Amino acid sequence: MYVAVKGGEAAIDNAHRLLADRRRGDRSVPALTLDQITEQLSIGVDRVMSEGSLYDRRLAALAIKQARGDLIEAIFLVRAYRTTLPRFGHSEPVDTGAMLVERRVSACYKDLPGGQLLGPTFDYTHRLLDEELEGDPLVETGALRGGDQEPVMRVADILGQEGLIEDDGFIDPAAEPGDINQTPTEFPMSRAMRLQSLSRGDEGFLLALGYSTQRGYARSHPFVGEVRIGEVDVEVFMPELGFAVPVGRVQVTECQMVNQFKGSAKAPPQFTRGYGLVFGQSERKAMAMSLCDRALRAEELGEDLVAAPQDQEFVLSHCDNVQATGFVEHLKLPHYVDFQAELGLVRTMRSEYEQRTGEAVLETREAAE
Amino acid sequence: MLNEATALEGGFSDPVLNAQSVFRAVMDAMAKPATVVEVDAVVTPPAPLGRAAGAVACALIDADTPFWLDASLAEHAALRAWLAFHTGAREMATCSDVAFALVGAPATMPPLDRFAQGTQEYPDRSATLILQVPSLEGGAPLTFEGPGIRDRVVLAPRGLPRDLAFQWKANRKRFPRGVDLILTTGDAIACLPRSVRLVEMEG
Amino acid sequence: MEIKADQTARQDRMAILARCSTERLSALWATLGLQPRHTPLRGPEAGLVMLRGRVGGTGEPFNVGEATVTRASVKLEDGSVGHAMALGRDHAKVQLSAVIDALCRNAETAARIDAELIQPMRRELDQADETRRQQTAATRVDFFTMVRGED
Repeated sequence: MYVAVKGGEAAIDNAHRLLADRRRGDRSVPALTLDQITEQLSIGVDRVMSEGSLYDRRLAALAIKQARGDLIEAIFLVRAYRTTLPRFGHSEPVDTGAMLVERRVSACYKDLPGGQLLGPTFDYTHRLLDEELEGDPLVETGALRGGDQEPVMRVADILGQEGLIEDDGFIDPAAEPGDINQTPTEFPMSRAMRLQSLSRGDEGFLLALGYSTQRGYARSHPFVGEVRIGEVDVEVFMPELGFAVPVGRVQVTECQMVNQFKGSAKAPPQFTRGYGLVFGQSERKAMAMSLCDRALRAEELGEDLVAAPQDQEFVLSHCDNVQATGFVEHLKLPHYVDFQAELGLVRTMRSEYEQRTGEAVLETREAAE
Repeated sequence: MLNEATALEGGFSDPVLNAQSVFRAVMDAMAKPATVVEVDAVVTPPAPLGRAAGAVACALIDADTPFWLDASLAEHAALRAWLAFHTGAREMATCSDVAFALVGAPATMPPLDRFAQGTQEYPDRSATLILQVPSLEGGAPLTFEGPGIRDRVVLAPRGLPRDLAFQWKANRKRFPRGVDLILTTGDAIACLPRSVRLVEMEG
Repeated sequence: MEIKADQTARQDRMAILARCSTERLSALWATLGLQPRHTPLRGPEAGLVMLRGRVGGTGEPFNVGEATVTRASVKLEDGSVGHAMALGRDHAKVQLSAVIDALCRNAETAARIDAELIQPMRRELDQADETRRQQTAATRVDFFTMVRGED
């Protein structure tokens, strides 16, 4: 039986009105501006861009404001918005080697061409709350250091010179990478599509999975080959012009995780790599992504599948926080009819159970007499 | 030398609203198969593409849907430039893998089974063929029945392949796979989704 | 040869126009005193491009995620056509960029626009890049050896 009920319209309207009221909060406190959010909460903005899978700082800031700082809700808003825009095409692959680097560190080499560039990092801070920030203290601009700067060489290229690390493989110029927005999910998934899925995956989920690989679930002996953050040029091929047009720059974070690999029937002992590339300044996410990418290559490299991070279906079906929150949170929506059916079922089972135990008690008594 | 501006003029003036109104017309025509529907065709494509065919192309084809042109259309450079500019889609040299085909001379077009038919799991991965015909009336009458048609409906387009009845039967047999047709002429369209059956009339 | 050089000049110009701020572009444009009549061929309209990276940094392309872009194409009275596309959703900037691209089809106007609009903006953008490069360089670690173990 299906029972349709109606109601709650006024309640919903008033709930929305109350939400708007609570979002605004105390009216004597000035309203947040989007500029304040993009400038001063930029890493939150970057997370919304990366997991919302849409590079647009202002839209991400608006989403954060509308979601009252709930980043997963903000990501949901951005994902919804992007479906309203037509897609004009795709960019040429960005060249992270030509990045205008703001930060680049390597855990493998101390002295490497380009050097260790710390950039605007939280590392080496003492994680002590700074009470000065309760106010608006005068802040100096970054120090300058002139002179010639060497190009910031990729760590993969340094290791590659010795032949001890896998290269990125043969590139088929005609191959089009699949797009998880447009193709139904099928496993096994190509590495290109896995990376797309991971790049917009939930930071917390990937962090936990990456952590588990360090603790022994699908252990992969990782070293940070390098992490780099900076701006890359974006070019889009315009058919009406017949050439690629530069359309601006985006900030990305890239992580090359280098993993010791003892070799298998499929590959000789060498270093292998896990890769992470995400929008904005999102170092933790890029690192977690590269750990997960490496773990998901287990089958390709002939490793034993022993843990969840190596299981494509487990990782890729659960890393999207919009899907996850949708399914978890839908549980609070009315399931009145479903529950009535369950109630009936449990009542029946209970009465059968009581009848059975009643009979059993009776039998025991009879036996005792 | 092709005049750059003329090759680019004549697209949707208001892309969102224009595309929506054309989409609505196509949807109606698909829901009422073999019925002639007027399209508010607000585009002026280069010859020999007609207004309705151009409008349908602008509304449906985009960067994610590669298309193919039959020889009668492909020989017009201005038309190809116009389609590339207004749809942003890639034109493919062969017809077997495209989402859309624009056909200027349906009478001599490749057989329907040469286009993408979709798969049993994903029948939507099939081609939609936009056929520009000289007229939607005055040809040999074809009688259809099926979902969206009360009893029967007759359409008599001119310029279709001679063996269309035979090909359509085969297309229908592949259901849920198969291609869908959008017939266009002037400002009008009529659709033949794969779900309609061609009724064989005696005599 | 000439066509190739022409294309490079056009790409360079487009790169600067795409990166500049609307305020700066409008200010410099106003000093040029050009007011060409133009009709839109397409847009300006906002949409998406899928940004691609490469597997491992240099391998096969993969889709990272989308970015908002705005594009516009215009036609001037003399028939010159101009195109523009830039990240973000700034319709006015992209429309003006398309007009500038169309004007630059004329070599004389292009020379003037390059000298009075593109070059100043390029210098400012390069200066901003240099400042950032130097700020990053200031965070470079200079290692020095404290104690060496016994040999």
